[in-house]
Amino acid sequence: MRILPKEIETLWTLFTAPVVWALHFLVCYVGAAIYCAKQDAVDFGFGVVRAGIGAVTVAALAMIVLSAVLAWRQWGFGTYDPPHDDPTPHDRRRFQGFATLLLSGLSFIAVVYTAMAALMISGCFQ
Amino acid sequence: MAIAGALIWAAVIGTLIYATRERRRVQSEHAAGLLILWGGAIIPALLLGLLLGYALWLMPDIRPWSAPGEPAGLRIEVEGEQFWWRVRYHPADGPPVDAANEIRLPVGERVEFTLTSSDVIHSFWIPVLGGKMDMIPGRTNRLTLRAAKTGTYRGPCTEFCGTSHALMAFSVVVMEPDAFRDWLADEARPSPGAGAPGGELFIANGCPACHTVRGTEATGAVGPDLSHVGSRETLAAGIMPVDVEAIASFISKPDAIKPGAQMPAFGMLPEADIAAIAAYLEGLK
Repeated sequence: MRILPKEIETLWTLFTAPVVWALHFLVCYVGAAIYCAKQDAVDFGFGVVRAGIGAVTVAALAMIVLSAVLAWRQWGFGTYDPPHDDPTPHDRRRFQGFATLLLSGLSFIAVVYTAMAALMISGCFQ
Repeated sequence: MAIAGALIWAAVIGTLIYATRERRRVQSEHAAGLLILWGGAIIPALLLGLLLGYALWLMPDIRPWSAPGEPAGLRIEVEGEQFWWRVRYHPADGPPVDAANEIRLPVGERVEFTLTSSDVIHSFWIPVLGGKMDMIPGRTNRLTLRAAKTGTYRGPCTEFCGTSHALMAFSVVVMEPDAFRDWLADEARPSPGAGAPGGELFIANGCPACHTVRGTEATGAVGPDLSHVGSRETLAAGIMPVDVEAIASFISKPDAIKPGAQMPAFGMLPEADIAAIAAYLEGLK
């Protein structure tokens, strides 16, 4: 099974940004939870966790931006206005590109909101 | 926050009125698209981001969190019971002090609450000071509050807990820190009224099986601690004034005043005895 699709007409590109958002959310929250449960067993501070969340966030945002650029290209760089509702391969592609672009925007904001907590929370529950 | 909310409300309603006005000219698709992009996506996302940032900024103060090395402050243990509140103060520098149905706090200091329940789920809430927190049997929830100004406030039970759920409240008295420490020291000592007449009736009629009055042989722990009941703001968990008449009526018919209360009625006692016990309890300042 291929992870990257060979066909252009696939729905997988549509999900890229939300999947990155979901993974980022899990890594941030599960990572912080595991650190706080095991903090006595490890010899680094919460600052490292925050830096890690920062790094994961930058990587996630980069992936989402990449997905958005690809979606923008698929959409035709905004040459055609929505709605793309004709039953043709052309419109199907444009529609998918536009939807992917919107989902990328949503995911970008969501990832930023998720990471904002790490800016303010400076330690585990004590 | 209210002003910002009012502005947003006015903007949304203004847009609504603009959209439903009698049509004079048709918007171009480009202008409509821009309106949707800015009004529907960019501005709400920015506003939500600001609100989230503000809420997160407030968060460290309401979490039960203290920096490593920061001295522990006052902790207050509150246990929900049907239908009253068991309160135990744990000062940083002294033994615990028991009380009930009233919470006193020093102004400007972070106070940590450990919240639990012995029977069903209750919920602890002082609306003036912060959010609510459930009290769950078998679990200890923690909440930190900081009172900004002195005064007397009210806290209700906010999780339905039985027939007298609506009759389960407590008063919160926020005091100057020095006054609070003096009060706590007094609270730990027996009341000057503990040896007053009426006390022997309180003992003889079995009240000590459930209630404690410091300085006497009454050391029961089933019901509320009554050591300083006469100095509290309210009686019967926030529903009655503290006066002899109210105390006497509660002794006579607790189940009529507070349906489902565990305390048995003592209406069979001679009225003079009930009045004497009530006067004794009212004198426990």
